[in-house]
Amino acid sequence: MSAADFLPRSSLSSLIDLLQQQGYRVVGPQVIDGAILYRPLQQADQLPAGIEQIQQPGQYRLIRTQGPRLFSWANGPQALKPLTFAPRETLWRSHLQADGSLRFEEVIETTEPTAVLGVRGCDLAALSLQDQHFSGDPYYQQRRDSLLLIAVDCSHPADTCFCASTGDGPDARAGYDLALVELDDGYRIRAGSPKGQSLMDNLPLDAATPEQQQQTDEQHQKACQQQRHLPAFEPSRLIHQGQHPIWDSLAEACLSCGNCTSVCPSCFCFSESEVPELDGTTSGHQRQWDSCFSEGHSYIHGHRFRPDTKSRYRQWLTHKFGSWVEQYGRSGCTGCGRCISWCPVGIDPLEALTELGREDVE
Amino acid sequence: MSNPALPTEAVVLNRIQETEDIFTLQLQLTDPSQQWRLGIQPGQFNMLYRYGVGEIPISFKAISEDDQGHPVLEHTIRAVGRVSRSLAELLPGDRIGLRGPFGQGWPLEQAENRDLCVITGGLGCAPAVSIIEHAFANRTSYGHIHIIQGVKHSADLLWRSRYEFWAQQPNTTVLMAADVAAPGWPWYSGRVTELIKRLPLKPDKTLVCCCGPEPMMQASAEQLIRQHVPAESIWLSMERNMQCATGHCGHCQFGSDFICHDGPVIPYPRLCGRLGLEGV
Amino acid sequence: MAKPRIAVHKFSSCDGCQLAFLNLGEALLQLNEQVEILHFLEAGMSDVSADVDIAFVEGSLSTPDELERIRQVRANSQYLITIGACATSGGLQALRNLDGHHDEWRDAIYAQPEFIHTLKNVVPIASEVKVDLELWGCPVNSVQILAAVRALLFGVAPVDDRDRVCLECKRQQTVCVMVTQGTPCMGPVTRTGCGALCPRFGRDCYGCYGPSETAQSETLARRFAGLSLVPDAIARRFLLINSQAPAFLQAGGVFYRSGAEDPRAGDQDD
Repeated sequence: MSAADFLPRSSLSSLIDLLQQQGYRVVGPQVIDGAILYRPLQQADQLPAGIEQIQQPGQYRLIRTQGPRLFSWANGPQALKPLTFAPRETLWRSHLQADGSLRFEEVIETTEPTAVLGVRGCDLAALSLQDQHFSGDPYYQQRRDSLLLIAVDCSHPADTCFCASTGDGPDARAGYDLALVELDDGYRIRAGSPKGQSLMDNLPLDAATPEQQQQTDEQHQKACQQQRHLPAFEPSRLIHQGQHPIWDSLAEACLSCGNCTSVCPSCFCFSESEVPELDGTTSGHQRQWDSCFSEGHSYIHGHRFRPDTKSRYRQWLTHKFGSWVEQYGRSGCTGCGRCISWCPVGIDPLEALTELGREDVE
Repeated sequence: MSNPALPTEAVVLNRIQETEDIFTLQLQLTDPSQQWRLGIQPGQFNMLYRYGVGEIPISFKAISEDDQGHPVLEHTIRAVGRVSRSLAELLPGDRIGLRGPFGQGWPLEQAENRDLCVITGGLGCAPAVSIIEHAFANRTSYGHIHIIQGVKHSADLLWRSRYEFWAQQPNTTVLMAADVAAPGWPWYSGRVTELIKRLPLKPDKTLVCCCGPEPMMQASAEQLIRQHVPAESIWLSMERNMQCATGHCGHCQFGSDFICHDGPVIPYPRLCGRLGLEGV
Repeated sequence: MAKPRIAVHKFSSCDGCQLAFLNLGEALLQLNEQVEILHFLEAGMSDVSADVDIAFVEGSLSTPDELERIRQVRANSQYLITIGACATSGGLQALRNLDGHHDEWRDAIYAQPEFIHTLKNVVPIASEVKVDLELWGCPVNSVQILAAVRALLFGVAPVDDRDRVCLECKRQQTVCVMVTQGTPCMGPVTRTGCGALCPRFGRDCYGCYGPSETAQSETLARRFAGLSLVPDAIARRFLLINSQAPAFLQAGGVFYRSGAEDPRAGDQDD
């Protein structure tokens, strides 16, 4: 007899209620403007019931079905990134005093405790990469510390997904407080932290039936059968393959729009700028998401190290899949496939990597 | 823990116009609790902030003293962009923001009891001057001091009297090269690498500090290796777009290195495969 | 210290960009404390030949007398900022440059064309005099104007933000209309400044802020063709508002056919 770990679907609201009672702002997936977005959630009926999706290079469509499930989609345009690494924020303000001196005021907003429901394994892996990268950044850290993460193992990977081949999904592997497996009639729950365990202790759980256990396994096996796979290539060689003809074809196809970097859950670049008040007495110092596809990214007194689309695409790909390994001990890609779906012209970086990997073999 | 993104106030004591577009700011921190920032090492940098305009990374040149013996930070800046041009407008008494020190400086401990060879090209001289000044201030810690300064045009040479002064010091060699030399240029006309060939280096007992345009640093390092200087004894000071200075904003990446954090001073073996690669 | 003197001049335009000042509300009062506005007809100040520190110029040059007037404005101004698509890249009225049938259109439209004195081609301000800063947009927004004034008050050049709409769209966490709806969106080649206004309201960007840096216009035009846009509609995407911006003119020109030659063309966009 297994331990009680099954929450009937009708009781999902008891999880949301419990979180709210414990003082959490709950954020969960919702259908907004034709996509799945994480937004403040009051009750379970706001969740995307019966929503499935089609993702292809450059294409993302939601489909309404009569199914009972709430998490039968892979992902939306954003992972957890906007919740921890704000798209735009003021870091500090400087005040010009009457005597000409400057006073610097630290601006760190406090985020209320936030429980995120419906987090994917790939996005947890990316979050852990961002945790490494933003270590020592107080702005990131205070948001990160406010998060309670409730994962849902991915049961419906999209055609653009390849998390099974990067080792980051489809199930949530680490970094969650609670993880759910969605079945037709409810959820099997496991705790990943003491906080998660105490939540679990307060939920009306039943023991899972043998059928439910079997469905869990079959569902996992099926989710692992993904169409895309990370090809074989040598990460440390990528940066030295700058003369490969693939970069010219990519430059021809690429808009240099930077959408791949904006939707990437591990991309971390930001630019800083000054926003002075009109009266001249105060000035805000901001940061905002930047991209290696922007001209300002590689600018240094009159010179751009990467003046064109070709060099920018090469930077993004060789960094994400190559230099990242040296920086953080693994690739910066967790297989979420967003850069493929949300590229307006549908470029698939895996195809480029396949070409580059072929050169290794030859 | 203090917030590394937050500047502290500094007052401009003096602004020295070095050339038409290069100037030196002498700065003092106004908050006594921030004096730890004076622990800045040669090769490291500070972010200098002009109110309402923005911040730029400026490598540290020297610490001097004012009339009362209080420490004074010196930063030499070339007015080329929005922020640097606006810093050029500063007058004594004006306030700016400063945060730092940031980055890895020259490997001073490794350099001890060895000969020091400082090779600099063009306007990249502040990080080089900082190590030279440090070496002369701690003269007994170092052996022979070789200084090679290359400039594009002889008129670009900064701090000429400083170089002339160093040239007269015992156990010191100063060699200068200008790609284009005006009449009356008493030194070499040509490339820095030609001067390196003339140096009586003790390869195993020398630490090289190199600073300047990347092609010049690469050519110098390759020449030094041909003269049997071990690659790991050659250190380069690199430059990229830096906005946060804490290794987070991503602009300064050079392959896997964040120049602001892993550099600006980086040993040549870590860089050599990437130097000269287009777009890196 | 004397307050910087400002003039706002109008050339061929709809006056909409001047509203970027008038719509400022309380900030207009703040602005008035920082600067002295000498000439701004829409706000009631008239001193057209005043010497000023900053001249804002709205509108394109479409008549011979405007050519003369802009030279005078330039001579009277320290720093000249064009505001809006007309001043910066010709605006809607520059559509007449495309087919080279200026005289035929004039004669067909006006009852007494002999009274109409226009240039055959509409040109942006920068084609006639030196422009120190171009603020794009149809219309420009107030934030850009105030940022430019503030920078000049600090004695520094204003920031010229050439990033594309896509970057801002993602910062705003707006859902991409091209990827979710297959709607042809100009965001990937258009400079930001609007705050991704149209996509935030669920519609495609129509390029009113002109080309961004490294605008990959030909690549986007090919993508539009892939989204089943007919050539005429592709041309309209690029040539609608900023037809005299080279990056748009070149891409749009490939697909352009003169309405004079083919009266059936048109109305397939939107």
